[in-house]
Amino acid sequence: MNYTIKKIVLIAIGLLLSWISVGWSADFESLTKEVAQSSYAQKNKLIDQLVALEDPRSLTVLKAMLDGKLYLQKSDQTVVIGEDHPDGVQIKNISDEQVIDVVGARSLEKVKINNSVRGKLRTVIASLQLSAKDASLRRQSARDLIKSPDAELRDIIAAAVEREESSSVKKEMELALALVDVESENADRRKQAIKVMSASYSPEALAVLERLSADKEGAADIAKLAAEGADKVRHRMGIMKFIENLFFGASLGSVLLLAAIGLAITFGVMGVINMAHGEMIMLGAYTTFAVQQIFPNWIEASIIIAIPMAFLVSGSVGVLIERTVIRHLYGRPLETLLATFGISLFLQQLVRTYNSNNVPVVTPDWMSGFYQVNGALSLTYNRLYIIVFSLLVLGLLALLLRKTLLGLQMRAVTQNRAMANSMGIRSSWVDALTFGLGSGIAGIAGVALSQITNVGPNMGQGFIIDSFMVVVFGGVGNLLGTFFAAMGLGVVNKFLEPYAGAVLGKIFVLVFIILFIQWRPRGLFALKGRFVED
Amino acid sequence: MSSTLKKLVKKTSLAIGVAALATGAAVSHAADTIKVGVLHSLSGTMAISETTLKDTVLMMIEEQNKAGGVLGKKLEPVVVDPASNWPLFAEKTKQLLSKDKVSVIFGCWTSVSRKSVLPVIEELNGLLFYPVQYEGEESSKNVFYTGAAPNQQAIPAVDYLMSAEGVKRWVLEGTDYVYPRTTNKILEAYLISKGVKKEDISINYTPFGHSDWQTRVAEIKKFGSAGKKTAVVSTINGDANVPFYKELANAGISAEDIPVVAFSVGEEELSGFDTKPLVGHLAAWNYFMSAESPENDAFIEKWHKFIKDKKRPTNDPMEATYIGFKMWVKAVEKAGTTDVDAVRKAMYGITVPNLTGGIAVMNTNHHLTKPVLIGEIQENGQFEIVWQTPDGVIGDAWTDFLPESASIVADWTAPINCGNFNIKTGKCSGQNY
Repeated sequence: MNYTIKKIVLIAIGLLLSWISVGWSADFESLTKEVAQSSYAQKNKLIDQLVALEDPRSLTVLKAMLDGKLYLQKSDQTVVIGEDHPDGVQIKNISDEQVIDVVGARSLEKVKINNSVRGKLRTVIASLQLSAKDASLRRQSARDLIKSPDAELRDIIAAAVEREESSSVKKEMELALALVDVESENADRRKQAIKVMSASYSPEALAVLERLSADKEGAADIAKLAAEGADKVRHRMGIMKFIENLFFGASLGSVLLLAAIGLAITFGVMGVINMAHGEMIMLGAYTTFAVQQIFPNWIEASIIIAIPMAFLVSGSVGVLIERTVIRHLYGRPLETLLATFGISLFLQQLVRTYNSNNVPVVTPDWMSGFYQVNGALSLTYNRLYIIVFSLLVLGLLALLLRKTLLGLQMRAVTQNRAMANSMGIRSSWVDALTFGLGSGIAGIAGVALSQITNVGPNMGQGFIIDSFMVVVFGGVGNLLGTFFAAMGLGVVNKFLEPYAGAVLGKIFVLVFIILFIQWRPRGLFALKGRFVED
Repeated sequence: MSSTLKKLVKKTSLAIGVAALATGAAVSHAADTIKVGVLHSLSGTMAISETTLKDTVLMMIEEQNKAGGVLGKKLEPVVVDPASNWPLFAEKTKQLLSKDKVSVIFGCWTSVSRKSVLPVIEELNGLLFYPVQYEGEESSKNVFYTGAAPNQQAIPAVDYLMSAEGVKRWVLEGTDYVYPRTTNKILEAYLISKGVKKEDISINYTPFGHSDWQTRVAEIKKFGSAGKKTAVVSTINGDANVPFYKELANAGISAEDIPVVAFSVGEEELSGFDTKPLVGHLAAWNYFMSAESPENDAFIEKWHKFIKDKKRPTNDPMEATYIGFKMWVKAVEKAGTTDVDAVRKAMYGITVPNLTGGIAVMNTNHHLTKPVLIGEIQENGQFEIVWQTPDGVIGDAWTDFLPESASIVADWTAPINCGNFNIKTGKCSGQNY
């Protein structure tokens, strides 16, 4: 009797347990399926269970889920990993990653995730990848863990620190560990953690140190240690902030330089007030878009292909404008201004009738992302490339003007047209080429600018004022002046912005330029010599 | 040169004269139609957004005419172009009301254009349907607001981030003009009432078309690394958005680190973005193209047929235009006349099915009751709806979160009969709207 009761109770408990534990005792495939089918809130819990299985395949599944490549087949609700394929989606089995088939996108249902699931996935993947073979993956995990410290992962991180061979990755892991340890009960561990954090550049560490130093209820020695550490980190971050501002300034300067450099030719060298300059930049940017549309599989190379294309497109439009309109207006600046303004509106409307919206220009992978110098300073790749690119363009242009026959003729024509004519230079031909060169360079600038700002019919308008400002400030007709003006304005602007805000900062810069022009009407680097007209 | 120019000018003016005559003739012939004014910018900076709404109204008119028109009469659109020029909005309104004698106007996008129209439309007793989300603090007798008031967009979005993502620290980032400034003032008061500390809110404004976001993004990154979950509430306008999101992506800030919820980014704007790095950032609207309902499917199909482009997205202001138009038709049929006062009275309580499911109701404060949706940006340029209010939210003309407007209500029916009734003093302020 007693025995049977026991037996019944046991069976009942057993049933109950198996009923409760359907989730976590299930095997990898069915648990994955459950994750895929559940609601956002449930997904977070089920992901933990999936990790607890310690199945090596779960990393692949979680990564696919994060990238939006995990699908449910509508027909039988099996979970598959999908890759883009010309004929639809190529699906793979989750258990052995064998390719099953290529199916139409309609037969699949994407496993949906929201931001909270995405955050969960990132942390979980980071902990799984701490033991990855690739050092850059390990570094990425360490950084993700610094962003979201998780006390439950302490042992995993500690083990990873022990194993780590690369000293730079180890440093980041130690910081991730310190951010967990600093909240622990063990006083020695906390002190050690504060020591590690005090040696870092991390804003996350600084926030924790500041909180600890202000904590009146905790241990006094910890608070003192934290306060000292916070001072050190703050000082170090101040230096980084300065370098960062310099970089931002150089980057804004390079954008200004690129936008202005073409104008330095058309306005600076030729004296044409070209209000359509911004539209030449726009045409260059649209050329980039066109290249990406025509060669959708060559996105990575599209920027490189677009540079000569944009030069040709904008350059030939420039030559066309010069031949049809501007050549009739030399020496009449007001008419030139109005005519080029008309051309500018015409080109804008032309583009608008094609598509009135902004167009999406894709950033190639090699231009996206950033190089992290340390926790407080990271330099974005697209900005780095644009700085280098603007200097390259400036250098090539200077070479062209100084070392080639065309450059010599250009300078001769602008300095003394009659004399140049009598020396056998076809000045009208040189005019057209000069204007074409200036426009072509604006087109190249458009390619670079398409990577950091929007591409649309109004795009050129945003650059025209800045370009004139730079050329006038730097001294008309002087490439070096344009360079220093652009860089100077960029850096001043970026150092002002954190204190004055973007709106006031811009006003300050404009007022400064107005005053400066009152003082030195010819700009920073005025041309000297007898050919300067008055 | 100059003589050809003169000839050109002569020819053009002749052409304009002929065109004007032709329009005049058309006007005198069409006495048995009901005229519908369309007041959207077709050129200038706002043309990007507003042209779509003009097409939406034309599509609705065409459909209504196929179904027999209204009160047995055909509808006749009168399209004018205020050219993104705010004073011109007032002039064109005057022209529509006193010269063309339209029965109703669908129009305006920016708040400043609406403010410019207000005195004219009130003086001439016209009727305007305004289809765009705005900052509230207004209720005119002659305007029906079918876009969202702040409590139908901004506040639910913040609530969502607080509850679903546990956000504790807020960056309110906006373009420097009236809509972001008013919205941020309301949001700041609301957040503080929810227990958010002052030092956990950072408000910043940038000029129109701001393109260098490096400093701001670095500051947002720093603000967000204080150990509390941070979100950005963006009222950044139009063209400044692309460089902002690009900079965020390049600085490695993804949606799960610091989500950005935007109130001015819809499907139409997304079509100009490279959306790959933006996945997970949010937007709050009353409508998303991805909403699943038979009404929405039919609407999208109709739109694609009308505009002859299968790729053109639909968006929230289009739905607001759709609801406004349907409501006006119903009200005219209920009133049996297009007389403005009769139609206005017939509008209260009128219902029209939303495109997202549920029913929109027009309230006596001239704002709608409709649901609020939160969507996350997907790689294909659409929004995935991650949350929506279970019922419709009643549009609140005067926000409860600013001390100066908390005690003000709008009710255009007896006994209050005014757009800014102060329940403390028991008086209307005397201001017209």
